Amino acid sequence: MRLAVIATAAGAFSGLFGIGGGTIIVPLLVLWMGYGHREATGTSLAAIAVIGALAAAAHSAYGNVDLAKGLLVAAPAVGGVLAGTAIQQRISERTVAAAFVVLLIASAAVLVF
Amino acid sequence: MDALDVTGLVVLGFVAGTAGGLLGVGGGVVFVPALVVFAHLSQLEAVATSLVAIVLVALVGAARQRQYGNVRLRDGIAIGLLAPLGVVAGVVLANALPDRALELSFAAVQLAFAWQLAGNAGLR
Repeated sequence: MRLAVIATAAGAFSGLFGIGGGTIIVPLLVLWMGYGHREATGTSLAAIAVIGALAAAAHSAYGNVDLAKGLLVAAPAVGGVLAGTAIQQRISERTVAAAFVVLLIASAAVLVF
Repeated sequence: MDALDVTGLVVLGFVAGTAGGLLGVGGGVVFVPALVVFAHLSQLEAVATSLVAIVLVALVGAARQRQYGNVRLRDGIAIGLLAPLGVVAGVVLANALPDRALELSFAAVQLAFAWQLAGNAGLR
C-alpha cells in the first residue's frame, strides 16, 4: 500500500514537472519504509528505469526522441553513474543523506527562483 | 553542434550520471537543460530525448547497486509499474492549478523532506 502511494506521488510529480521521481522516491523509502540510504537510492534507480522506459516508449511514439543526441549525453552519463555508485559504497550512509538533503534544497531553490 | 556543444553535453552528462549514481535520481534535472542549450532541442524534444539517458543511467546504476546488495528489486519494479497512475493525476493537476502554485508546493514538499531526512540521519 505504501509502495502504491510512493509510486503515485513519484508519477504525479513526473507528470507535473517532467522530471523523474527520484527526489520523491528516495525520501519516502527512507522515512516510511525504513530503508537505508544506499538501499533507497539503489531501489529508486530500479524504479526510475521502469518509469523512464514507459515514458520513453510513449514519447518515441510521437517522434520526439533524438536518439543520436540522447546517446551522446548518455554515454558519459553511464560512466558517471558507475563512478557515482562506486563512490557511494566508500562513504557513510550519513554522508549520502547529507548530500541528498543538499540536492533537495537546491532543487526547491530552482523551483522557487 | 560544434566542439563546444559536444564538450558541454559530455561534461554535463558525466556530472548528471555521477549525481544519479550517488543519490538515486535519474538526472533529468541536468539532462533536459543540457540538451536544450548544447544540442539545440526544443523543451519537448529535450524532455523526450533525456529519457534515453535516464533509462541507461538508471539501468546501469540499478545493476551496479544490485551487485552491491542495495536493491530491493520487487519494491523498485512495483513502484515503477504503478507510477503511471500518478502521472495521469499529475497531468490533470497541472492543467487545473496555476504553475506557480505547483512549483511552490513541490518546493515546500522537498524542503519538508530535507528537514525530515536531516533529522532522521542525525544531521540536525
